[in-house]
Amino acid sequence: MKRILPVLLALMATAALLFVSCGQGLSADHAEFVMSNGAEPTIDPSLLNDVPSTNVDLGLFEGLMQYDPKTNLGVPGIAESYTVSPDGLTVTFKLRNAEWSDGHPVTAGDFVYAMKRILDPATASDYAYMPAMVIKGADAFNSGKDTNFDDVGIKAIDDHTLQYTLLGPTPYFVNMTTHNSFWPLPKWAIDKNGNNWTKPGNIVTDGPYILKEWKPQQYVFMVKNNKYWDAKNVHLRSIKILSSDNQDTNYNMYTSGSVDWMFGISNAKIDQIKLRPDYQTSAQVATYYYEFSVDRKPVNNVLVRRALAAAIDKQTLVDKVTKSGQIPTNSMVPPMAGYTQQQGQGYDVALAKKLLAQAGYPNGRGFPTITIVYNTNDTHKAIAEYIQEQWKTNLNINVVLRNMEFKTLIDLRTKHDFQVARAGWVGDYLDPNTFLDLFTTGAGNNDCAYSNPQYDKDITQAALTQGDARMKLLEQAEDLLLKDQAVIPLYFYANQDLIDTNKWGGWYSTPLGYHPFKYIYKK
Amino acid sequence: MTKFIIRRFLSLIPTMFVIVTLSFFLIRFAPGGPFSGEKVLPEQVIQNLMKKYHMDQPMYKQYLEYLGNVLRGDFGPSFRYKESTVNELIGESFPTSIILGSVALAFALVAGLGVGVGSALKQNKWQDYTAMSFAVIGISVPMFVVGPVLQLAFAMKLHWLPVTGWITGRAGLAALVLPALTLGFPYFAYIARLSRASILEVLRSDYVRTARAKGLSERVVIWRHVLKGALLPVVSYIGPAFAGIITGSLVVEQVFVVPGIGQIFVQSALNRDYTLIMGEVIVYSLLLVAMNFLVDIVYGFLDPRIAYK
Repeated sequence: MKRILPVLLALMATAALLFVSCGQGLSADHAEFVMSNGAEPTIDPSLLNDVPSTNVDLGLFEGLMQYDPKTNLGVPGIAESYTVSPDGLTVTFKLRNAEWSDGHPVTAGDFVYAMKRILDPATASDYAYMPAMVIKGADAFNSGKDTNFDDVGIKAIDDHTLQYTLLGPTPYFVNMTTHNSFWPLPKWAIDKNGNNWTKPGNIVTDGPYILKEWKPQQYVFMVKNNKYWDAKNVHLRSIKILSSDNQDTNYNMYTSGSVDWMFGISNAKIDQIKLRPDYQTSAQVATYYYEFSVDRKPVNNVLVRRALAAAIDKQTLVDKVTKSGQIPTNSMVPPMAGYTQQQGQGYDVALAKKLLAQAGYPNGRGFPTITIVYNTNDTHKAIAEYIQEQWKTNLNINVVLRNMEFKTLIDLRTKHDFQVARAGWVGDYLDPNTFLDLFTTGAGNNDCAYSNPQYDKDITQAALTQGDARMKLLEQAEDLLLKDQAVIPLYFYANQDLIDTNKWGGWYSTPLGYHPFKYIYKK
Repeated sequence: MTKFIIRRFLSLIPTMFVIVTLSFFLIRFAPGGPFSGEKVLPEQVIQNLMKKYHMDQPMYKQYLEYLGNVLRGDFGPSFRYKESTVNELIGESFPTSIILGSVALAFALVAGLGVGVGSALKQNKWQDYTAMSFAVIGISVPMFVVGPVLQLAFAMKLHWLPVTGWITGRAGLAALVLPALTLGFPYFAYIARLSRASILEVLRSDYVRTARAKGLSERVVIWRHVLKGALLPVVSYIGPAFAGIITGSLVVEQVFVVPGIGQIFVQSALNRDYTLIMGEVIVYSLLLVAMNFLVDIVYGFLDPRIAYK
C-alpha cells in the first residue's frame, strides 16, 4: 500500500498537469458576447448544411444581400444595389467597394468562383441544389451533364457587376442570395491551403468578423474585422460561440452568467423558463405536421384522412402539450407577405365522426389499428400520445405509437413505408414555394407519395409566372394539398431563445431564426 | 512469461480483425445513411456525395479499401465533419477523455480504497453502514442524475465551481473537478465495496492468523499482509474500469460539455458517419483489449501463485 499511494498521487498529479497544459492551449479571452451553439461540423460555406455552422458563418461571411436583423429579409450586403429585367429572368447586382480580411477587394469574380466550386460535382455540396433550382444551367453542371461552366447563368460583367440568368422569374431570388450557397469565396486562399483554408490563420473572410480560434467540439472565437466595409457599425469587439448542444447545461451556463444568448429550451423546463422576462419567443417559418403515405390502407381513403384531421384539437395541443408559443394551424404555409394562407380541415368532432362513417367505419367499427411513427424525442412522443388519445376519444379507433431514431424514420418516410409519420419543414427562404414544391409528384421530399396533376401544374406554372398571378397559383396548390389531406398541419414552430434584451440591443426574434452578430451591441 | 505475452499479444490480431469486419458491415446495414436527413437531397447531389466518399463502389471493394487504409493507420475522412479526418477528430478528443478518465479513476481508487479499508476495519459499526450506504447510492444513481445535482449544488448554489469550463478554456483545473467526481463516483463505490469484501476475506485467512500469532502489530498485519492480498481483485478491476471509464464518459461529457471522444461517438452513430464510427470502435476496442492484456500481465507480478502457461 505504501508503494501504491505515491503511484496514485503521481497519476493524479500527471493528469492534472496534462490538463493544465491543455488548458493553456485554450487561451483566456475577453469575449464580449458568448452564445451557446451546437457543434459546428464545418465552417466552409460551400459545405455547411446545418444551423450551428450557419450561425458561425453569419459572423464571418457576407453575400450580396445580408439578413435584416428584424425580418430576415435580404438587405444590401456586398451588393450596393440590384436591377431585375422586366421578364424577371436577369438579375444584375452592383457591388460596393468591399475588402476581404486580407485586403483583397471583393469582386464579382469571387462570386463566380464560389458558384463554380459549390456546383462542382467533386465538391459534393449538399446545398448545391439551391442555386441549381433557380440559375440557368446550374443543375446540368452540378449533375455533370454539362461540364462547361460558361453555360451556367452567372457572369462577372466587370469587378463590380455580377449578373445572374434565371430559369424562370423568381421573385425570391434576391432574398436567396443571403444564403451561404451564394456567398463569395477567396480563391487564392483556397488554392494555397486546400482543405485547411478554413483554419485560423489561413481563412480569409468578407464578413464583420474574422476567425481567431477554432477548436472543434469546443468553441469558435472571432474578432471584429476592421477591413469589413461597414466596420464602423459593427459593435461587438469579439464573439465566442460554444459548441454545447445540451439544453440543460446551456441553461445552467446562461443562468450562471457565462453565456449571453442560448436557443432551444428543453420541454421539461419550459413551464419555468417561459415566465422569465428574458425568454424570447416568436413564430418561425416552419411547420410541424403529420403526413400520410397516401397509398397505404386505410389512409389511402381521403375521407379517413379528413376524419383524422378533424378529430385533433390543435389549440389544446399547443396549450397543454408543447406549451412553448407554437401557433396551431390548419395551413401548410406559414404567414408570408403577399400570400393568403389556405385553411384546411379544423377541429370538428361531429364532422370527423360523419366522415369516418362515410368511409365505412361508423363509430370506428372495423377500422384497423394504425401506426404513428416518429423519431425518439420527448416532445414528439408527447404529441403522438396526445393524438393517439384524441383519435381514440373522438373516433374510437386504436393507434399504435412507434418511435425510432431519426435516420431510421427518414428511411421509412423516403420509402413511403408508413401510415402516419411525424414531419417538419423549415423554409429555406421566405416564399410559399419552399413549403409547396416538395409535394409535387415524385419530388424527393414527397414522403406521402402524393400525386395530383393539377397540383403539379399549378406549381410548375407558378415558377413561370410573376406577381399576384403567381401567388394565386400557389394558393390554389395549397388548397388542393389540404383538400386532399395528404398532410395534417399541426402548428408553426416557435423560436425559443434566452437573451436579456435590456442588456443586449440589435437582437430581435426573427422568422428564420437568424440573428446577424453585426447588429448586436451592449446597451 | 515472454511466451505467454507474445501468444496473448498475437491473439489480439484476429480479435481486432473480427471487430473491424463485423462493425464495418453492421453499420452499413442500419437503416438510413450518412446523406439522409429531414430534407432529402436531390439524386444528383447524393450521387456526387457517394462518389466523393467512394460509396459508389461495390461493398467488398469499400471493405478492402478500408481495411488497407486502417492497416496504414488512416481512418479516412469524416462524413459529418467535412474539413476533418477521423484521425484528427480522435487525436483531438481522445486525450481529453484520457485525462478526464485518469483523474476520475485516481479519485475512485484513492477514495474507494480508503473507504473500503475503513469499512472493513470497522465492520458492522456505524462508519461501515454509512460508507456502504453511500457506496450503494454511488452504484445505483446514474451519472445523468449525479452530474446535474453536483452542478446545481456546487456551481449554481454555492458558486464554488463552474457549471462547465473545459469548453471555454477559462476555468482551468476547477473545470475538471465536477466531471471527474461524477465520472468516478460509481467506480469509487464499486472499489469501496470490492476492497471491503476482499479485506474481510483476507482477514480470516490462515496467513493473517499466523502473522498475528507471531505477535506482529495490527498495523503491520494490515499494511504488509492484508492489503497486498486484498488488492488483487481491485487490480484486476482497474483495467476494465479504466476502459469502461473512457468508453462510458459520454453522459458526463455531455452534461459538462467536455470535448472528449464520448461526445462525438453517439453523434457519429446517429449521423451514420461510417468512418468516424469505425475509427471510434477501433480505438475503444484497442483500449479494452490492451487493458485486459495489461491486467493479465500485472496479475502475475502481484500473485506468485498464478503461473503463465
